[in-house]
Amino acid sequence: MSARFEDIWVYLSATPLLGLTVTLLAYQAAYWVYSRAGFHPLLNPVAISVAMLATLLTLTGTPYQTYFSGAQFIHFLLGPATVALALPLYAQFARLKAEWRQLLLALVAGSLTASVSAVVIAWALGAKKATLLSLAPKSVTTPIAMGIAEKIGGLPSLTAVLVVSTGIVGAVIAKYVLDALAIADHAVRGFAVGVAAHGIGTARAFQVSEEAGAFAGLAMGLNGAATALMVPLALWLLERGS
Amino acid sequence: MLPAVTILLVYQTVGEIAALWLGLPIPGPVIGMVMLFATLVARGSAPSQLRDTANGLLTHLSLLFVPAGVGLMIHIDRIRGEALPIVISLVASTAVTIAVTALVFAWLRKGRP
Repeated sequence: MSARFEDIWVYLSATPLLGLTVTLLAYQAAYWVYSRAGFHPLLNPVAISVAMLATLLTLTGTPYQTYFSGAQFIHFLLGPATVALALPLYAQFARLKAEWRQLLLALVAGSLTASVSAVVIAWALGAKKATLLSLAPKSVTTPIAMGIAEKIGGLPSLTAVLVVSTGIVGAVIAKYVLDALAIADHAVRGFAVGVAAHGIGTARAFQVSEEAGAFAGLAMGLNGAATALMVPLALWLLERGS
Repeated sequence: MLPAVTILLVYQTVGEIAALWLGLPIPGPVIGMVMLFATLVARGSAPSQLRDTANGLLTHLSLLFVPAGVGLMIHIDRIRGEALPIVISLVASTAVTIAVTALVFAWLRKGRP
Protein backbone atom coordinates (compact mmCIF):
# COMPACT_ATOMS: atom_id res chain seq x y z
CA MET A 1 0.00 0.00 0.00
CA SER A 2 2.72 2.45 0.95
CA ALA A 3 4.65 1.57 -2.22
CA ARG A 4 1.63 2.55 -4.25
CA PHE A 5 1.39 5.87 -2.48
CA GLU A 6 5.05 6.48 -3.28
CA ASP A 7 4.39 5.74 -6.94
CA ILE A 8 1.58 8.26 -6.97
CA TRP A 9 3.82 10.82 -5.23
CA VAL A 10 6.66 10.27 -7.72
CA TYR A 11 4.22 10.76 -10.57
CA LEU A 12 2.50 13.82 -9.12
CA SER A 13 5.66 15.58 -7.97
CA ALA A 14 6.97 15.45 -11.55
CA THR A 15 3.95 17.19 -13.10
CA PRO A 16 3.18 20.93 -13.02
CA LEU A 17 -0.17 20.12 -11.42
CA LEU A 18 1.13 19.79 -7.88
CA GLY A 19 3.09 23.08 -7.73
CA LEU A 20 0.12 24.95 -9.12
CA THR A 21 -2.41 23.31 -6.81
CA VAL A 22 -0.45 23.71 -3.57
CA THR A 23 0.19 27.39 -4.38
CA LEU A 24 -3.54 28.07 -4.79
CA LEU A 25 -4.40 26.03 -1.69
CA ALA A 26 -1.74 27.75 0.44
CA TYR A 27 -2.76 31.22 -0.71
CA GLN A 28 -6.43 30.63 -0.05
CA ALA A 29 -5.72 29.19 3.38
CA ALA A 30 -3.50 32.21 4.15
CA TYR A 31 -6.14 34.60 2.81
CA TRP A 32 -8.80 32.93 4.95
CA VAL A 33 -6.70 33.50 8.08
CA TYR A 34 -6.03 37.10 6.99
CA SER A 35 -9.72 37.88 6.40
CA ARG A 36 -10.81 36.15 9.61
CA ALA A 37 -8.38 38.40 11.48
CA GLY A 38 -10.05 41.48 9.97
CA PHE A 39 -7.18 42.06 7.47
CA HIS A 40 -4.63 42.66 10.20
CA PRO A 41 -1.42 43.92 8.51
CA LEU A 42 0.79 41.52 10.47
CA LEU A 43 -0.99 38.47 8.98
CA ASN A 44 0.06 39.26 5.40
CA PRO A 45 -1.23 36.47 3.11
CA VAL A 46 1.87 36.47 0.88
CA ALA A 47 4.16 36.02 3.90
CA ILE A 48 2.04 33.18 5.28
CA SER A 49 1.76 31.38 1.92
CA VAL A 50 5.51 31.66 1.26
CA ALA A 51 6.29 30.31 4.74
CA MET A 52 3.85 27.40 4.33
CA LEU A 53 5.11 26.47 0.87
CA ALA A 54 8.81 26.76 1.74
CA THR A 55 8.22 24.55 4.80
CA LEU A 56 6.27 22.02 2.71
CA LEU A 57 8.96 21.85 0.02
CA THR A 58 11.72 21.50 2.60
CA LEU A 59 9.90 18.73 4.49
CA THR A 60 9.14 16.75 1.32
CA GLY A 61 12.62 17.35 -0.11
CA THR A 62 11.15 18.92 -3.26
CA PRO A 63 13.58 21.19 -5.16
CA TYR A 64 12.38 24.74 -5.88
CA GLN A 65 12.80 24.15 -9.64
CA THR A 66 10.31 21.26 -9.51
CA TYR A 67 7.81 23.40 -7.61
CA PHE A 68 8.33 26.34 -9.96
CA SER A 69 7.67 24.23 -13.07
CA GLY A 70 4.06 24.23 -11.86
CA ALA A 71 3.90 27.57 -10.09
CA GLN A 72 5.33 29.39 -13.13
CA PHE A 73 1.83 29.51 -14.59
CA ILE A 74 0.85 31.84 -11.75
CA HIS A 75 4.16 33.72 -11.97
CA PHE A 76 3.59 34.27 -15.69
CA LEU A 77 0.43 36.27 -14.97
CA LEU A 78 2.57 39.06 -13.49
CA GLY A 79 3.30 40.21 -17.06
CA PRO A 80 -0.33 40.64 -18.19
CA ALA A 81 -1.15 42.02 -14.70
CA THR A 82 1.46 44.74 -15.25
CA VAL A 83 -0.15 45.63 -18.59
CA ALA A 84 -3.56 45.57 -16.87
CA LEU A 85 -2.37 48.35 -14.53
CA ALA A 86 -3.12 50.70 -17.43
CA LEU A 87 -6.81 50.43 -16.46
CA PRO A 88 -6.74 51.69 -12.83
CA LEU A 89 -4.25 54.26 -14.10
CA TYR A 90 -6.73 55.37 -16.75
CA ALA A 91 -9.57 55.42 -14.18
CA GLN A 92 -7.53 58.07 -12.30
CA PHE A 93 -6.81 60.02 -15.48
CA ALA A 94 -8.71 63.13 -14.34
CA ARG A 95 -6.72 63.37 -11.10
CA LEU A 96 -3.55 62.46 -12.92
CA LYS A 97 -4.09 65.38 -15.27
CA ALA A 98 -4.98 67.80 -12.48
CA GLU A 99 -2.19 66.84 -10.10
CA TRP A 100 0.53 65.48 -12.39
CA ARG A 101 3.21 67.88 -11.12
CA GLN A 102 2.66 66.97 -7.46
CA LEU A 103 2.45 63.28 -8.31
CA LEU A 104 5.58 63.38 -10.41
CA LEU A 105 7.64 65.17 -7.75
CA ALA A 106 6.43 62.84 -4.99
CA LEU A 107 7.15 59.90 -7.26
CA VAL A 108 10.71 61.01 -8.05
CA ALA A 109 11.39 61.70 -4.35
CA GLY A 110 10.01 58.33 -3.27
CA SER A 111 11.54 56.36 -6.11
CA LEU A 112 15.04 57.78 -5.50
CA THR A 113 14.68 57.27 -1.74
CA ALA A 114 13.66 53.63 -2.25
CA SER A 115 16.67 52.68 -4.39
CA VAL A 116 19.34 54.93 -2.89
CA SER A 117 18.51 54.29 0.78
CA ALA A 118 18.37 50.52 0.27
CA VAL A 119 21.73 50.39 -1.49
CA VAL A 120 23.46 52.85 0.86
CA ILE A 121 22.24 51.14 4.06
CA ALA A 122 23.14 47.64 2.82
CA TRP A 123 26.53 48.91 1.54
CA ALA A 124 27.29 50.57 4.88
CA LEU A 125 26.50 47.29 6.64
CA GLY A 126 28.82 45.34 4.34
CA ALA A 127 26.58 43.64 1.76
CA LYS A 128 28.24 42.22 -1.38
CA LYS A 129 27.99 43.87 -4.79
CA ALA A 130 25.56 41.32 -6.31
CA THR A 131 23.28 41.82 -3.30
CA LEU A 132 23.46 45.62 -3.66
CA LEU A 133 22.59 45.48 -7.36
CA SER A 134 19.73 43.10 -6.57
CA LEU A 135 18.45 45.48 -3.88
CA ALA A 136 18.35 48.61 -6.07
CA PRO A 137 15.01 47.83 -7.76
CA LYS A 138 13.40 46.32 -4.60
CA SER A 139 10.41 48.68 -4.50
CA VAL A 140 9.02 47.94 -7.95
CA THR A 141 6.79 45.10 -8.94
CA THR A 142 8.52 41.72 -9.60
CA PRO A 143 8.61 41.46 -13.42
CA ILE A 144 9.96 45.01 -13.70
CA ALA A 145 12.48 44.53 -10.88
CA MET A 146 13.72 41.24 -12.30
CA GLY A 147 14.15 42.88 -15.70
CA ILE A 148 16.13 45.75 -14.15
CA ALA A 149 18.31 43.42 -12.03
CA GLU A 150 19.13 41.40 -15.11
CA LYS A 151 20.09 44.52 -17.05
CA ILE A 152 22.34 45.97 -14.31
CA GLY A 153 24.05 42.73 -13.26
CA GLY A 154 22.12 41.76 -10.12
CA LEU A 155 20.61 38.31 -9.55
CA PRO A 156 17.02 38.34 -10.89
CA SER A 157 15.82 35.50 -8.67
CA LEU A 158 17.32 37.13 -5.56
CA THR A 159 15.70 40.41 -6.59
CA ALA A 160 12.35 38.62 -6.82
CA VAL A 161 12.74 37.46 -3.22
CA LEU A 162 13.81 40.95 -2.05
CA VAL A 163 10.90 42.54 -3.93
CA VAL A 164 8.38 40.20 -2.32
CA SER A 165 9.96 40.80 1.10
CA THR A 166 9.82 44.57 0.55
CA GLY A 167 6.16 44.31 -0.41
CA ILE A 168 5.38 42.36 2.74
CA VAL A 169 7.36 44.76 4.96
CA GLY A 170 5.65 47.75 3.33
CA ALA A 171 2.16 46.25 3.67
CA VAL A 172 2.85 45.46 7.33
CA ILE A 173 4.47 48.75 8.47
CA ALA A 174 2.69 51.34 6.27
CA LYS A 175 -0.19 51.87 8.69
CA TYR A 176 2.15 52.52 11.61
CA VAL A 177 4.51 54.86 9.70
CA LEU A 178 1.64 56.89 8.20
CA ASP A 179 -0.25 57.07 11.50
CA ALA A 180 2.93 58.28 13.23
CA LEU A 181 3.22 61.07 10.62
CA ALA A 182 -0.49 61.91 11.07
CA ILE A 183 -1.19 61.50 7.33
CA ALA A 184 -4.95 60.94 7.05
CA ASP A 185 -5.62 61.51 3.33
CA HIS A 186 -6.24 58.12 1.69
CA ALA A 187 -4.90 59.31 -1.65
CA VAL A 188 -1.56 60.23 -0.03
CA ARG A 189 -1.45 57.06 2.07
CA GLY A 190 -2.16 54.85 -0.94
CA PHE A 191 0.36 56.64 -3.15
CA ALA A 192 3.14 56.28 -0.55
CA VAL A 193 2.46 52.55 -0.09
CA GLY A 194 2.33 51.99 -3.86
CA VAL A 195 5.72 53.67 -4.39
CA ALA A 196 7.39 51.77 -1.52
CA ALA A 197 5.69 48.39 -1.69
CA HIS A 198 4.38 47.84 -5.27
CA GLY A 199 1.66 45.20 -5.82
CA ILE A 200 1.61 43.73 -2.32
CA GLY A 201 1.25 47.24 -0.89
CA THR A 202 -1.43 47.97 -3.50
CA ALA A 203 -3.35 44.81 -2.62
CA ARG A 204 -3.19 45.95 1.02
CA ALA A 205 -4.33 49.50 0.10
CA PHE A 206 -7.35 48.17 -1.83
CA GLN A 207 -8.42 46.36 1.35
CA VAL A 208 -8.35 49.66 3.24
CA SER A 209 -10.24 51.79 0.71
CA GLU A 210 -10.98 52.16 -2.99
CA GLU A 211 -9.27 55.56 -3.11
CA ALA A 212 -6.11 54.34 -1.38
CA GLY A 213 -6.03 51.34 -3.73
CA ALA A 214 -6.39 53.42 -6.89
CA PHE A 215 -3.56 55.75 -5.85
CA ALA A 216 -1.40 52.81 -4.82
CA GLY A 217 -1.96 51.19 -8.22
CA LEU A 218 -1.11 54.49 -9.88
CA ALA A 219 2.06 54.81 -7.80
CA MET A 220 3.08 51.23 -8.50
CA GLY A 221 2.73 51.71 -12.26
CA LEU A 222 4.55 55.06 -12.25
CA ASN A 223 7.32 53.82 -9.98
CA GLY A 224 7.84 50.78 -12.18
CA ALA A 225 8.39 53.00 -15.19
CA ALA A 226 10.46 55.57 -13.25
CA THR A 227 12.77 53.01 -11.63
CA ALA A 228 13.19 51.15 -14.91
CA LEU A 229 14.43 54.43 -16.39
CA MET A 230 16.43 55.80 -13.44
CA VAL A 231 18.35 52.82 -12.07
CA PRO A 232 20.12 51.87 -15.32
CA LEU A 233 20.76 55.58 -16.00
CA ALA A 234 22.21 56.15 -12.50
CA LEU A 235 24.52 53.14 -12.86
CA TRP A 236 25.60 54.27 -16.32
CA LEU A 237 26.47 57.70 -14.89
CA LEU A 238 28.30 56.11 -11.94
CA GLU A 239 30.36 53.91 -14.23
CA ARG A 240 31.27 56.83 -16.47
CA GLY A 241 32.17 58.88 -13.43
CA SER A 242 34.48 56.31 -11.87
CA MET B 1 -12.95 37.56 -21.20
CA LEU B 2 -11.03 35.97 -24.06
CA PRO B 3 -10.74 39.15 -26.17
CA ALA B 4 -9.63 41.09 -23.08
CA VAL B 5 -6.93 38.56 -22.18
CA THR B 6 -5.81 38.61 -25.82
CA ILE B 7 -5.52 42.41 -25.73
CA LEU B 8 -3.36 42.27 -22.60
CA LEU B 9 -1.08 39.61 -24.11
CA VAL B 10 -0.82 41.43 -27.44
CA TYR B 11 0.26 44.66 -25.68
CA GLN B 12 2.76 42.71 -23.58
CA THR B 13 4.17 41.01 -26.68
CA VAL B 14 4.47 44.28 -28.59
CA GLY B 15 6.12 45.78 -25.49
CA GLU B 16 8.65 42.94 -25.35
CA ILE B 17 9.41 43.29 -29.06
CA ALA B 18 9.84 47.07 -28.70
CA ALA B 19 12.18 46.64 -25.71
CA LEU B 20 14.38 44.11 -27.53
CA TRP B 21 14.34 45.88 -30.87
CA LEU B 22 15.16 49.34 -29.55
CA GLY B 23 17.46 47.99 -26.83
CA LEU B 24 15.46 49.86 -24.16
CA PRO B 25 16.35 49.29 -20.48
CA ILE B 26 12.60 49.16 -19.67
CA PRO B 27 10.92 45.74 -19.32
CA GLY B 28 8.40 44.77 -22.01
CA PRO B 29 5.26 44.64 -19.81
CA VAL B 30 5.88 48.25 -18.67
CA ILE B 31 6.06 49.42 -22.29
CA GLY B 32 2.89 47.42 -22.92
CA MET B 33 1.22 49.17 -19.96
CA VAL B 34 2.24 52.63 -21.23
CA MET B 35 0.99 51.82 -24.73
CA LEU B 36 -2.34 50.48 -23.44
CA PHE B 37 -2.73 53.60 -21.29
CA ALA B 38 -2.02 55.80 -24.32
CA THR B 39 -4.56 53.80 -26.34
CA LEU B 40 -7.24 54.29 -23.67
CA VAL B 41 -6.53 58.03 -23.50
CA ALA B 42 -6.72 58.32 -27.30
CA ARG B 43 -9.90 56.24 -27.36
CA GLY B 44 -11.49 58.28 -24.60
CA SER B 45 -12.94 55.30 -22.68
CA ALA B 46 -12.08 51.84 -21.37
CA PRO B 47 -14.09 48.86 -22.71
CA SER B 48 -16.02 47.35 -19.79
CA GLN B 49 -14.85 43.83 -20.65
CA LEU B 50 -11.23 44.88 -20.44
CA ARG B 51 -11.93 46.68 -17.16
CA ASP B 52 -13.52 43.56 -15.64
CA THR B 53 -10.67 41.29 -16.72
CA ALA B 54 -8.04 43.73 -15.41
CA ASN B 55 -9.95 43.96 -12.13
CA GLY B 56 -10.06 40.19 -11.82
CA LEU B 57 -6.33 39.92 -12.43
CA LEU B 58 -5.46 42.77 -10.05
CA THR B 59 -7.77 41.56 -7.26
CA HIS B 60 -5.50 38.57 -6.78
CA LEU B 61 -2.32 40.51 -7.45
CA SER B 62 -0.64 39.39 -4.24
CA LEU B 63 -1.13 35.70 -5.18
CA LEU B 64 1.05 36.28 -8.25
CA PHE B 65 4.04 37.11 -6.02
CA VAL B 66 3.94 33.83 -4.11
CA PRO B 67 5.93 31.60 -6.55
CA ALA B 68 8.78 34.16 -6.69
CA GLY B 69 8.66 34.55 -2.91
CA VAL B 70 9.14 30.83 -2.36
CA GLY B 71 12.45 31.32 -4.24
CA LEU B 72 13.67 32.41 -0.82
CA MET B 73 14.59 28.72 -0.48
CA ILE B 74 17.39 28.82 -3.05
CA HIS B 75 18.85 32.08 -1.74
CA ILE B 76 18.65 31.15 1.91
CA ASP B 77 22.45 30.83 2.27
CA ARG B 78 23.19 34.25 0.79
CA ILE B 79 20.37 35.81 2.81
CA ARG B 80 21.58 34.14 6.00
CA GLY B 81 25.18 35.25 5.31
CA GLU B 82 24.09 38.85 4.76
CA ALA B 83 20.98 38.80 6.94
CA LEU B 84 21.83 41.93 8.90
CA PRO B 85 22.42 44.30 5.94
CA ILE B 86 19.51 42.82 3.97
CA VAL B 87 16.90 42.93 6.75
CA ILE B 88 17.89 46.35 8.11
CA SER B 89 18.12 47.81 4.61
CA LEU B 90 14.70 46.42 3.59
CA VAL B 91 12.86 47.56 6.69
CA ALA B 92 14.56 50.96 7.12
CA SER B 93 14.50 51.83 3.42
CA THR B 94 10.82 50.86 3.06
CA ALA B 95 9.82 52.91 6.11
CA VAL B 96 11.82 55.94 4.90
CA THR B 97 10.37 55.62 1.39
CA ILE B 98 6.79 55.57 2.69
CA ALA B 99 7.52 58.59 4.90
CA VAL B 100 9.33 60.65 2.23
CA THR B 101 6.72 59.97 -0.46
CA ALA B 102 3.79 60.74 1.86
CA LEU B 103 5.37 63.92 3.25
CA VAL B 104 6.39 65.31 -0.16
CA PHE B 105 2.98 64.53 -1.70
CA ALA B 106 1.05 65.87 1.31
CA TRP B 107 3.17 69.02 1.37
CA LEU B 108 2.70 69.66 -2.38
CA ARG B 109 -1.06 69.08 -2.16
CA LYS B 110 -1.48 71.52 0.71
CA GLY B 111 -4.14 74.09 0.00
CA ARG B 112 -5.87 71.81 -2.50
CA PRO B 113 -9.29 70.34 -1.76
